[in-house]
Amino acid sequence: MICIDIEKKIKTYQGQQVLKVSGEFTTGGITKIHGPSGTGKTTFLKIVAGFIEPEKGNIIVNNSIWLNTASKISLSPQKRMAGFVFQDYALFPNMTVKEHLEYATADDAWIKHLLEIGKLETLATHKPLYLSGGQQQRLAILRALATKPQLLLMDEPFSALDPENKTALISELKLVFKELGTTVFMVSHNPQELEELAAGSVNSSALFIDN
Amino acid sequence: MPLVLPPSVLGFYLLLAFSPQHGVGKWLQQVFNIQFVFSFQGLVLASVIYSMPFMLGPIKSALQQLPVSLSQASYSLGKSRWQTFIRVLLPNIKPSLLTAVVLTFAHTLGEFGVVLMIGGNIPNVTRVASIAVYDSVEQMDYHAANVYSFILFAITFVLVTAVFIFNKYQLKSPLE
Repeated sequence: MICIDIEKKIKTYQGQQVLKVSGEFTTGGITKIHGPSGTGKTTFLKIVAGFIEPEKGNIIVNNSIWLNTASKISLSPQKRMAGFVFQDYALFPNMTVKEHLEYATADDAWIKHLLEIGKLETLATHKPLYLSGGQQQRLAILRALATKPQLLLMDEPFSALDPENKTALISELKLVFKELGTTVFMVSHNPQELEELAAGSVNSSALFIDN
Repeated sequence: MPLVLPPSVLGFYLLLAFSPQHGVGKWLQQVFNIQFVFSFQGLVLASVIYSMPFMLGPIKSALQQLPVSLSQASYSLGKSRWQTFIRVLLPNIKPSLLTAVVLTFAHTLGEFGVVLMIGGNIPNVTRVASIAVYDSVEQMDYHAANVYSFILFAITFVLVTAVFIFNKYQLKSPLE
């Protein structure tokens, strides 16, 4: 079980607002977060990952306290090790596809399996500059999965994929999530997108209260 | 401070600091038997202190231009700040790093004020090319001054051209 109850002041196009998220999420579940731009979807993911500190709140992941502002507990991103798929992919320009995965894990069999899932075996020695947008996005997803995270945070993870690749990748990912028991938070602009993947759904425009 | 201080002022303070008569200089002399004043190693140390900002400025600026998500991605994989710096950040500022190294080296090669202050003008010990140019002109030996100046000019020209070509090649898109 993942329990989240956080408050963070953020600046939006409507002025300063408070991002409030409160909820309990089943381990192994996939939750889709949708809503218009600037409503705090990415900020929410970054708070969970430990990149941004909220003013108030608790995050408990599988009985482990990641954040408790009252007790001044805040695990570093390195200790949380939440898999993160960035909207801009954040691939390392100096590393090849395989090196990205080797940087994250020493498990060669797992790396091989990930390359198969992402259909990137033939591109293993290529650097991100030589990959298409879709291939880069798939690599970003594979890298986030390389550490076998208990929590995976995905920011617009399929935006650059063509429908065929997207469907194939989603069905593979479903199996991986099930195998690893990974809990997933997935941000998307489009509420209709990913219906086949996500069980739960949160509309980010409902996350705010006025300051 | 080394960036804005006149080189002779910086050199003067370093001369005082490393003087074997007192303070740090005395301690270095007694404990390690090292003398930085009027020695080649002192000249190198003073040049490093003087040129450090010329090196750090471009590197800091290049690091700031990298997207913050690169570090965050590395942290989320459990990597420490140091691992992230060595494996992710540093390799991705290679052109800036090389430019900074070469330009700082070329700049140091021609340094005059600091070197003269702390190293003096001792033949075969601390007389560097830039001081030799000055010395030759003082002695009205324009031929020697010309030779020294040309050597400095040639080295600097080759270094700067090499960096320019390297960076042009590095920044070129592979699809071009």
